[in-house]
Amino acid sequence: MADTTQAPTPLVEMRHISVSFGGVRAVDDVTVDLYPGEVVGLVGHNAAGKSTLIKVLSGAYHRDAGEIWIDGRKASINSARDARHYNIETIYQTLALADNLDACANLFLGRELVQAGGLLDEAAMEDATRKVMKRLNPNFVKFHVPVSVLSGGQRQSVAIARAVHFNARILIMDEPTAALGVQEARGVHELIRQLRKEGLGIFLISHDLHDVFDLSDRISVMKNGKLVGTVRTQDVTKDDVLGMIILGKMPAVPATTQH
Amino acid sequence: MNALRRLFARLEIDERLLGMLVSLVVIWVGFHIASDGKFITPRNLYNLGNQTASVAVMAIGMVLVIVIRQIDLSVGSMLGVIAMVLGVIQAFWLPPLLDYGNPAIWIVTAIAGVVLGAILGGLNGYLIGYLGIPSFVVTLGGLLIWRGCAWWVTYGQTVAPLDQTFMLLGGGVYGTLRETGSWIAAAVAVIIIVIAAQRQRRQRIRFGFPVRPVWAESVVVGVTCLLVIAFAATMNAYEMPEVAAKRLAELNNWPVPEGGLHLSEGIAIPVLIVVVLAVAVSILLNNMRFGRYVFAMGGNPDAANLAGIDIRKMTFWVFVLMGALCGIAAIIASARLQSAGNSIGTNDELKTIAAVVIGGASLAGGSGTISGALIGALVIQSLQSGMSLLGFDASLQNIVTGLVLVLAVYIDQLYQKSRRAV
Repeated sequence: MADTTQAPTPLVEMRHISVSFGGVRAVDDVTVDLYPGEVVGLVGHNAAGKSTLIKVLSGAYHRDAGEIWIDGRKASINSARDARHYNIETIYQTLALADNLDACANLFLGRELVQAGGLLDEAAMEDATRKVMKRLNPNFVKFHVPVSVLSGGQRQSVAIARAVHFNARILIMDEPTAALGVQEARGVHELIRQLRKEGLGIFLISHDLHDVFDLSDRISVMKNGKLVGTVRTQDVTKDDVLGMIILGKMPAVPATTQH
Repeated sequence: MNALRRLFARLEIDERLLGMLVSLVVIWVGFHIASDGKFITPRNLYNLGNQTASVAVMAIGMVLVIVIRQIDLSVGSMLGVIAMVLGVIQAFWLPPLLDYGNPAIWIVTAIAGVVLGAILGGLNGYLIGYLGIPSFVVTLGGLLIWRGCAWWVTYGQTVAPLDQTFMLLGGGVYGTLRETGSWIAAAVAVIIIVIAAQRQRRQRIRFGFPVRPVWAESVVVGVTCLLVIAFAATMNAYEMPEVAAKRLAELNNWPVPEGGLHLSEGIAIPVLIVVVLAVAVSILLNNMRFGRYVFAMGGNPDAANLAGIDIRKMTFWVFVLMGALCGIAAIIASARLQSAGNSIGTNDELKTIAAVVIGGASLAGGSGTISGALIGALVIQSLQSGMSLLGFDASLQNIVTGLVLVLAVYIDQLYQKSRRAV
């Protein structure tokens, strides 16, 4: 039963995903989906399995069971490179930046531009970095210093620039505003809305229910590795969602599920 | 001081590297004065270059190992076992198969050294990268194992003499480029420096990025070229000892002019090997993907992994490179000593690591330069040969070298802190 307001084919479907670490089932038979131009909030306590689930999509973790479908076709994602092949970009909570490298090197890390002979095309990479940073953070000028000396917001914009430059269609944001000041967080909100308008599908992981209600179209709630359910943001209140997070119970209102 | 800093900033000169160079010059001048003018002479500098070469070659590889947060304590012992095997190959195995003095002997032996080094390094890399055994443990084991194997190769017997051509790779009296060759090498270096600078400048102009002013560019390139020429001139100023020159003339049937034969030594072959390797590995480290990944792994292994970099494979190949460089160091060291004895390379792992650390690399990983490591190697060798010149005994040499190591790292830490405060 697809949502009638959405395109018929989901951008991403993660079906019956399970991941175990040792004897612990970190993710247990979870099914979620994401449509183009949509933000899906992923919420739950610490250790509810949100980050693990999302790292399966970004290729950082291997799933023990389940399937991933992209554009209605079964996808094989077994590494970070595979995920990038499907235009899946992830902005990790830790930002995953190499602190000793500059913004350009981080933006192109793992996907460097090279000239004939295998030499890095530093000038072309700097040019591309300047262009994308101009769009995201026009005040950014520190292109040649290690990112360790940048502020939290500047580091965040480098991480986001990486996703934007490589034409992400599916964007995963893990706590994108947790380390930011009010002003910087507002900038990130603005950007998320803009990217959604451009037709990207965004998974947003956040502890901040206020953020999630502000930005998401739908909310998927996880508890103890299991999916409690997925609801349309407009159909529920914060208390409903809190109930799902804490008690693991669906609210009385009709919920939209994936199938 | 601030004006000086601004000038360096304008010239885009690495202050840290300049500081190391200045320290090296201070050490040289100090020994020069203390030895009544015996240290900064063409002859002593020529010997210093030869003595530094094998540790310098290993320091080049150790930079990469330390940048990726690993360590290799086995390099001195690997050098030892490789040198022993190469001694046996060229002195016992090949001569019966080929003619005595056949040029194939040194070529086969040298290739065997590099390949054997790569294999031993690959073994380290496999245990560390794929099996996840800490590099400290693996290479501490290697330190003992390979030193023991070095003895077993000939049951402790020293192998000598080595192949005549092979020994040229160690420098000595004949292993040099001589006068003309040295000038050609210097000319090639100058051309490469100018072309590389121009190329980089054109790249930046292509995208309209700021470039340093023409005068600054000219000063930096000009000074670098002058240093290259000064080096070649100094090496050419070292005259070959008369006995050696006479023997060379007899061998080649050169007529000996009246007043004796005056031949220049020129740039030593091991020094040329160090320079070529340093440039090649610098390009790999600073201008290619491989090097970018090496730094990324050192800065943040998780980020490197998430960026799709195969950390295990990278670790493996860094140790393969380290091993291959040990092989080259083994060639240089045994060729210089003109024999292969089982204690060759003992304690070289400590000299190598000290060179890299004095050269500004952090043992926490993520930072280090090849030029710094080379200066570090020169500093250590200068201290040792300077103190030998002054008649210090070995125990005192060790004490001073150890103190300098700790002091150098402390001063570098202070400098880094002061820069962060700016």
